[in-house]
Amino acid sequence: MTTTAVTTGTVNPNQRRVALTGNEAVALAMRQINPDVVAAYPITPQTDIVQYFSSFVADGRVDTEFVTVESEHSAMSATVGAVAAGARAMTATSANGLALMWEVLYIAAGSRLPIVMPVVNRALSAPLNIHCDHSDAMGARDSGWVQLWSENAQEAYDNVIQAVRVAEHPKVLLPVMVCLDGFIISHALLNLHVLEDAAVRAFVGRYRPDHTLLDPERPVTVGPLDLYDFYFEHKRQQAEAMSEARAVILQVAEDYTRLSGRRYGFFEAHRLEDADSAVVVLGSAAGTARFVVDELRRRGRKVGLLKLRVFRPFPGRELAETLARLQTVAVLDRAEGFSTAGGPLFTEVRSALYALAEDGGRGPASPGAPPLTMNFIYGLGGRDLDPGDIESVFDRLATAVETGSTRTPDTGRVGPLIEYLGVRE
Amino acid sequence: MGKSLKELVVAPQLLTAGHRMCAGCGAPVVMRQLLAAAENPVVLGCATGCLEVATTIYPYTAWRCSFIHSAFENVAATMSGVESAYRSLKRQGRIGGEMTFIAVGGDGGTYDIGLQALSGMLERGHRVVYVCYDNGAYMNTGIQRSSATPLGADTTTTPSGRVSAGKGQARKDLLAIVAAHDIPYVAQASPSHWRDLARKARKAFQIDGPAFLNLLAPCPRGWRYDTAQTIELTRLAVQTCFWPLVEVEGGKWTITYRPKEKKPVTDFLKAQGRFRHLFTPENRHIVDRLQAEVDRYWGTLQARAAGPDDGG
Repeated sequence: MTTTAVTTGTVNPNQRRVALTGNEAVALAMRQINPDVVAAYPITPQTDIVQYFSSFVADGRVDTEFVTVESEHSAMSATVGAVAAGARAMTATSANGLALMWEVLYIAAGSRLPIVMPVVNRALSAPLNIHCDHSDAMGARDSGWVQLWSENAQEAYDNVIQAVRVAEHPKVLLPVMVCLDGFIISHALLNLHVLEDAAVRAFVGRYRPDHTLLDPERPVTVGPLDLYDFYFEHKRQQAEAMSEARAVILQVAEDYTRLSGRRYGFFEAHRLEDADSAVVVLGSAAGTARFVVDELRRRGRKVGLLKLRVFRPFPGRELAETLARLQTVAVLDRAEGFSTAGGPLFTEVRSALYALAEDGGRGPASPGAPPLTMNFIYGLGGRDLDPGDIESVFDRLATAVETGSTRTPDTGRVGPLIEYLGVRE
Repeated sequence: MGKSLKELVVAPQLLTAGHRMCAGCGAPVVMRQLLAAAENPVVLGCATGCLEVATTIYPYTAWRCSFIHSAFENVAATMSGVESAYRSLKRQGRIGGEMTFIAVGGDGGTYDIGLQALSGMLERGHRVVYVCYDNGAYMNTGIQRSSATPLGADTTTTPSGRVSAGKGQARKDLLAIVAAHDIPYVAQASPSHWRDLARKARKAFQIDGPAFLNLLAPCPRGWRYDTAQTIELTRLAVQTCFWPLVEVEGGKWTITYRPKEKKPVTDFLKAQGRFRHLFTPENRHIVDRLQAEVDRYWGTLQARAAGPDDGG
């Protein structure tokens, strides 16, 4: 089924197995893509990507003009200029760097410029913290960028290559963020399969925009003032492009499977077929969650995992259909949205389930009602998520299944909407 | 080489008629004087500001060259990307021909919010001519002070009042800041002295590396004067040495026009409503300070032009 991703398929023979960190894998993908322009600024934990790529430039292994900008704001601005000029251009960042780009993220998306940007996820200040959480990318979730999330270095590598095709598809023409967890993925070594350079170059092809600033025969005005008589239509078109990205993401994933043997979709459904309870996660936490699910399954508990890969556009319908027959779902957020209404992933998932319920949902526990949902926030600022944390989540879900509600049995009161894993209260 | 004066006046105008700039605005005048000197196809980037919003109201554009606007503070970075794309694609043999890259910002987008991006672009050595049209305030948002606003000027954020006589600080010496980047060419010009402006524009376009032009562009709304007086005001700005005409080439400062008789700065001030409050006995000291500031800067420029060896 197209919505299920399995990252351990048959390995096609045009690949070699190498041990790389996540940052090395991303830098390698960038070298193989061979962008015309890269404009980037170093920030922990993204820095290695810039360094590795600089060495590719220094050794003449790419055709790239490397622009050593003086800030992330300028990194995104220069990338916008380069893509508008007809180049394929990339950058990469983390945390505060992404925050400094904020204004230009919207300009890149609104100008329909197909930029690909690895984001090495890191906590936002303050307090200053260089370790992993998802507050950076979650803050940018409504900036009009497609977001692909990675569980490990293999997926980060595969996502970067696929992102080029998704971004540049004529029906999409939107920028794409490829998210990978800081340090946990970016700095950890993994044995992964990488494609030959020629295979990647053939897969991504060449960027051939309809209009560029560098065609003197056909001058073009990019970024005009757009008032109440046209702005709304342009935003509507942008929303339509994001919608079109859904089919394109799946089509590109299919093409990529033919090349690599690795399957990708909107999400991976792990042991969900007969599960009563499941956790929904993004990023590297999926590895820990899968381990716990398999362990609990050995003990006879009907648990499963949904690992989301595509957060923007949000595959709400497919996700809800997959989760509909479960009794309980725990959504794990590695970002605190401070909305007091749940983390960003939780609100999306619950909203999707609610839409399904309106449609006549199929939860067996209570026909017509969606699964009971709970929200757990974990891992802020790089706090470890250990298997015991995930197991405690499944225990909470089991209680909810027994009682048919998220009310805590001892007090009979509705439990807190948001629970925090591994924090000292 | 470059175009002759005769060729300049018949050069096709890249900024067409029909834009929505105000009557009397200096910006389109200096842009036309500038662009007439361009010989290659132009890609022009523009910071958010009057020139941008009044020339590109969708679905119309007043530009016959390629144009890009991204944001307020990032035109230098945006054009760094455009120029890098050009170099990359040209090196790969995917495009050919020479092109001229121009980044344009007002004083707000250049002296203030865009200064970091400008510094980065200059330091990295992109072949982009950065042009500041300096009208001495944030005119697009309604006449707020910038670091280019003259001492004593009444703006909406430095209004003259019972205890204030307008802006309390002198102008930032942006030319010196830009020249300190040791780029090949830096110049300041005025549309009143259009031959001088055209010569400097030609030079900037021919330089292999970054160049910077600071162009005086009066704003009738912000300066509060009769729209017919635009060019006359810029002439007075030069003749009073409020706006000296200089260039810096290879680190050498040259004053390209020395007024025969340096007029008092009040000749420049008195035609403008933004300085009207200064012409009272209690504010006379502000005018004196402004004159002293003009004299000091003129002296500084002469010392720079004389050079360290014979500057005394």
